[in-house]
Amino acid sequence: MKPRYLDPYLAGIGIGVVLLAAYVLVGRGLGASGGFSAVVASATVAVQAGDPANAALAPYVQVPVWRDWIVLELIGVAVGALLSARLAGRLALKVERGAHLTADSRMLFALLGGILMAFGAKLARGCTSGQALTGGALLSVGSWVFIGTTFAAGYLCAPLARRLWR
Amino acid sequence: MMLDPAGALIAAPIIGLAFGWFLERGGLGSARKLSGLFYLTDFTVFRVLFSAVLTAMLGAFWLSRFGLLDLSAVHVPETFLVPQAVGGAVFGLGFLLAGLCPGTSCVAGAAGRIDGFAVIGGLLLGVLTFNISYPLIDGFVASTALGELTLPELLHMPYGVVVLLVTIIAIGGFVIASRLEKSA
Repeated sequence: MKPRYLDPYLAGIGIGVVLLAAYVLVGRGLGASGGFSAVVASATVAVQAGDPANAALAPYVQVPVWRDWIVLELIGVAVGALLSARLAGRLALKVERGAHLTADSRMLFALLGGILMAFGAKLARGCTSGQALTGGALLSVGSWVFIGTTFAAGYLCAPLARRLWR
Repeated sequence: MMLDPAGALIAAPIIGLAFGWFLERGGLGSARKLSGLFYLTDFTVFRVLFSAVLTAMLGAFWLSRFGLLDLSAVHVPETFLVPQAVGGAVFGLGFLLAGLCPGTSCVAGAAGRIDGFAVIGGLLLGVLTFNISYPLIDGFVASTALGELTLPELLHMPYGVVVLLVTIIAIGGFVIASRLEKSA
């Protein structure tokens, strides 16, 4: 049994209130890619593959990874999603993919997409959470530029990637 | 109202939990649903994203109007024009291939979607790739720095007017999205 999803506008208002609470309580917004940056930077320093003073790593190793704000927030995201999926009967171990794609190809494109997104988010200093949501609602110019080129690239390339999803 | 650093760390997983809950409830843990955005068949992501932006934008505006929030104490992401434009384009292509973004890949993974874990693995690899190539691109990454620049400052318009314009444009977008979905 799969209960219907919450109305998207209500889900959006819920996320907006959470984001507003983050502004008020901690003076910052939501994030996701920053958590991945912190995990990779900490691991790199831990295995002594990088100098903590290195400019690409330094901002992410100021505090231990378990006291990194975005890492803790992201753990909360996973727990919240797990609870919601469990209570809605949507918890299922499976590879979700387009009708014409094998599970192996789906995994490969998911990995490739992840690599590109991380690179893009590092260039842009944030992803859908840190730039589009957080910076968008604060009317940051760079965040709106990011939103614009993200959508533009997605729509421009969509016809080429049609077999992945249609 | 602002919490001290220890309080902020306690608030982090609670704020995250509520964020993850609403993302999953709205269906954003499903790559098939998200990818519908690019084929004009399912505008869920668009609706969730922009109704969240409107809510937080209007909330922050009115709270600051009534003196309940000091907007200058909230960190506005700095603008680096060209790297952010290019980063967005690379991100958009990745989003199309993955069908999930970094936050929603965690939602998908938590709900048992194995492809969500593949996206998470890709994100870790992508950060590593960026860090390794950083010495070659650090000049570009730091280029066209404009600081904490906002649309009202750029357009020389009052903050409230820009808030109103963004609200009108977003509502227009919601109406167009409904029409496109019906015709698809």
